[in-house]
Amino acid sequence: MAQIRLKTPIKEEEVRKLKVGDIVYLDGIIYTGRDEVHIHALEKAEHGEKPPVDFKGSALYHCGPIMKKVGDEWQLVAAGPTTSSRMNSLEPKFIEIFRPAAIIGKGGMSQPTIDAMAKFGAVYLAITGGAAVLAAKGIKKVRGVEWLEFGMPEAIWILEAENFGPLIVAIDTHGKSLYQEVEAKIKKNVEVAKKKLKLT
Amino acid sequence: MISEELIRKVTIELLRKTVTLMPDDVVSELKSAMERETDDVPKMQLKAILDNIQLAEKTATPICQDTGVTIFYVNLPRCLNVDVGKAITDAVRIATKEIPLRPNAVHPLSRKNPGDNVGKGMPWINYKVWDKDFVEITVMTKGAGSENMSQMAMLTPSQGLKGVKEFVLNVVLNAGSNPCPPTILGVGIGGSSDIAAKLAKEALLRPINKRNEDPEIAALETELKDALNELGIGVMGLGGKTTVLGVNIEYAYCHTASLPVAVNVQCWAARRGTAQIYPDGKVRYPTHER
Repeated sequence: MAQIRLKTPIKEEEVRKLKVGDIVYLDGIIYTGRDEVHIHALEKAEHGEKPPVDFKGSALYHCGPIMKKVGDEWQLVAAGPTTSSRMNSLEPKFIEIFRPAAIIGKGGMSQPTIDAMAKFGAVYLAITGGAAVLAAKGIKKVRGVEWLEFGMPEAIWILEAENFGPLIVAIDTHGKSLYQEVEAKIKKNVEVAKKKLKLT
Repeated sequence: MISEELIRKVTIELLRKTVTLMPDDVVSELKSAMERETDDVPKMQLKAILDNIQLAEKTATPICQDTGVTIFYVNLPRCLNVDVGKAITDAVRIATKEIPLRPNAVHPLSRKNPGDNVGKGMPWINYKVWDKDFVEITVMTKGAGSENMSQMAMLTPSQGLKGVKEFVLNVVLNAGSNPCPPTILGVGIGGSSDIAAKLAKEALLRPINKRNEDPEIAALETELKDALNELGIGVMGLGGKTTVLGVNIEYAYCHTASLPVAVNVQCWAARRGTAQIYPDGKVRYPTHER
């Protein structure tokens, strides 16, 4: 497993070098974005408008953090990933229009996203679900927030990352997905499980 | 004296303990999973999980950013003249700000977020009156990632035990990598559609190293756990030897024409806690005594 340190914005040629199983650590700006960010950014694009941040070459983190306001400043408390599959129907279009270089999340994404990642040059970086305090250690500063009106979990939080990881490249730009590799094994294993349960 | 103020204070402390400290039974099962694992990827995931649990405890920070919606189970002595609902609701509001919890509760359709985890039906409080003289409050702060993978079905009696096993297997396969595996399954069998769903969630309140008192149900718990761990969904759906940490089943008698079954999927971060408030004002947290 290769260990790679990358800084956002990430160039397409760098993204295309990554392979499933590689371990990545990130520096630079990371944006959080989940259901509402996807819905509203795409709505804006439909009307020829732009969302408040430029996602090009960025890392989009499927995350709804816990934030605390101390004085005028926001402080990050906990920031693990949310379930990426909820964004399955929105992500291909999001990648095509806004061109992030990396999507960080948990659980993986479906074939249309895998295809969009190959076509437009983006990777899916898996981070351990629930490990929210560990993840927060890799965030140095909260730079700001947009769309807070959607609520704390659904806003765009602008985070400054330092050595954020370890992240596993779970979908690369070559159409490979670690989850699909596991799924192929599960298909065989189901028969063993069924036998144990006396279902066959 | 068991006062509204005391219940409020204890509930805030209970929420703090629950979201920052993992139950011992779950940690011990996660450690065994780590010992069993041979592949690098799931090992790395389990290490992150175990490191995170330690770090959360050390820094008194919520283990997971998804501190859930607050579901309470309250046992009340007879003739307690206190507005327990108000005390708990106020506690949730204060805890959200103080701990802090993530404001998760939104209107189901407008998706408006009041920011304090309080709204119509939230916190959700299940009340029981019992013969003991103390108040017992249990809370489950369960994330949506796993809750979203929960399912219920009205099977026909002819589908029987086989149908129940098949249904549980399909829930786990359908959930796949999504609910932050390794998961714990709460299974409710019988009752009616609502009772099965309720039992499935209540099953998750039992420690995973404690089997159902009914030997046949206990055997089914073990059988399901062993078989499901053959699937290889593994940690975070990235493969490995442990897909479920435990299977807890509760049942109730049902109509002769029905076979309701529900599976409540719980992520590895199974946060549950109990507080007991005695008439003399003494407080115990039996799930968090260390």
